Amino acid sequence: MPLLEGKGVTRYFGGLAAVHKVDFYVERGEIVGLIGPNGAGKTTLFNLISGALVPQSGQIHFKGENITGLKPHVICKKGIARTFQLVRIFPNMSALENVALAALFGRPDGLSMKQALEEAEKWLEFVGLSAVKGVPARNLTLANQKRLEVARALATDPELLLLDELMAGLNPTEVAQAMDLVNQIRERGITVFVVEHVMKAIMGICDRIIVLHHGEKIAEGTPQEIANSRTVIEVYLGE
Amino acid sequence: MRLGKINPKKLWVPGATFVVLALLATLPLYASTYSVILLTSILMFVILALSWALFSAPTGYISLAPAAFFGVGIYTSAILGKQLPFPLVVSLGGLISFCLALLVGALTLRLRGIYFAMFTFGLVELIKHFWLWYEIQFTGTRGRFVVVVPHNTIYLAMFAVFVLLLLTTYLVRRSRLGLALRSIGECEEAAAHIGVNVNALKTVMFAVSAIFMGAAGSIIATRWTYVDPYIAFNPLYSFMAVLMALFGGLGHPYGPILGAAIFAYLEELLITRFPYYYMLIFGVVLIITVLYLPEGLIGLIGKIWRRVRGGHYAAA
Repeated sequence: MPLLEGKGVTRYFGGLAAVHKVDFYVERGEIVGLIGPNGAGKTTLFNLISGALVPQSGQIHFKGENITGLKPHVICKKGIARTFQLVRIFPNMSALENVALAALFGRPDGLSMKQALEEAEKWLEFVGLSAVKGVPARNLTLANQKRLEVARALATDPELLLLDELMAGLNPTEVAQAMDLVNQIRERGITVFVVEHVMKAIMGICDRIIVLHHGEKIAEGTPQEIANSRTVIEVYLGE
Repeated sequence: MRLGKINPKKLWVPGATFVVLALLATLPLYASTYSVILLTSILMFVILALSWALFSAPTGYISLAPAAFFGVGIYTSAILGKQLPFPLVVSLGGLISFCLALLVGALTLRLRGIYFAMFTFGLVELIKHFWLWYEIQFTGTRGRFVVVVPHNTIYLAMFAVFVLLLLTTYLVRRSRLGLALRSIGECEEAAAHIGVNVNALKTVMFAVSAIFMGAAGSIIATRWTYVDPYIAFNPLYSFMAVLMALFGGLGHPYGPILGAAIFAYLEELLITRFPYYYMLIFGVVLIITVLYLPEGLIGLIGKIWRRVRGGHYAAA
């Protein structure tokens, strides 16, 4: 049984099929990539998984349990955490408070304030932000704000982490560091599902890639297969 | 909720608070009736502003509903004041407001920004006109007389509600709930995705803040002796609560308290000294505040304090 499985997941915005009858699965321990041109429905699919949006038809199962239509805070407690394409941090709170909040509220077992702070320190160190833990999040650089979002997501103790364009807007050095971070997350036993535009990064870290185009799944396979697929090349480069 | 260590030098703030509370509690023993009545009305505005800030300051949801809950409290007193003992009437005023706010909150807190503000403003008008219709249709009169209660009792009841509100504010700010409320104001979507049940939290805090508005209404009604829907559901009380809280500053609970106390006293002063100009002076003070004190009085005090102390991260 896959960790996450979606069947016929569909969501329209007005008459536009943002995600149309998409089947997907993510196995435990994998890093799965989700790619596609702008407007292909990648972020919408993430929103459907995390509960920000409700699918109009189809079902999503997590660890065999139907999570379709549950509220985001419930899905978070079940073990799915996410980051956002455009960073959504708590700007006026310190980095430590940002992460401590996730540790306080995002777990099924309630942590005390002291435990939550310890947990937050641990994850800030993991993403390399210990030095700036007291700084208001708005004053961090974009790369650090993205790391902060990752630390905040990890502090909810997830089994599955959804990373929405972690590398967008980062310079080549920062991209390399981010790839490294994703691999370290996998080594901790957390399954990762990534939306990414940076092809070098996605080809380098993913075990398997799903390609969306106009809301439909057009290809799926290993990075090698995807790179050689005629359909994918046509979609990206035109005929 | 601050995660830093407690600074022993800051103990003078709770100390001063305690002294002021003790002085206020014993006021009827040494002060004139005029002062007691004046302080009652100041405390009423302090309660409105502080209870408004309890929900709206951390979450950023601008509610214009205080007048609705205040009015519900007033009518609780007007209808039940003759049959039931005063403390019970005040508690009921709070309870009914709580239930109404819970209902309204559950229905409307999915609205954001200006839509939420507009709806809460509409709520005041809706209840006012519904009640006017009801009174004329079924009781045949427009207004009601309210049972009279001694000045000192009114004052002490108002003071008790204020102390309870202060305690609630303090406990909420210290607890994890305070942190969660702030996260809603900072970024609601992210808060939901890290496990905060945003809708439940917003609704409950909206309703808790309404308790104090309702209680204040049922106390002050006994001083007004006559009420009708236009007096009870006057939207001015919503605006006053918001303006006083903003004038004082939302960064700290002392902001709304200070803002409401100064504003209410200023109103009294201006209305007696300059009866023809008081609204004008009021308006000028307001414009100056909005233009030059975006963080309110408490922000100004903090700025001066930091300059005197010479550190910039004093508040971080």
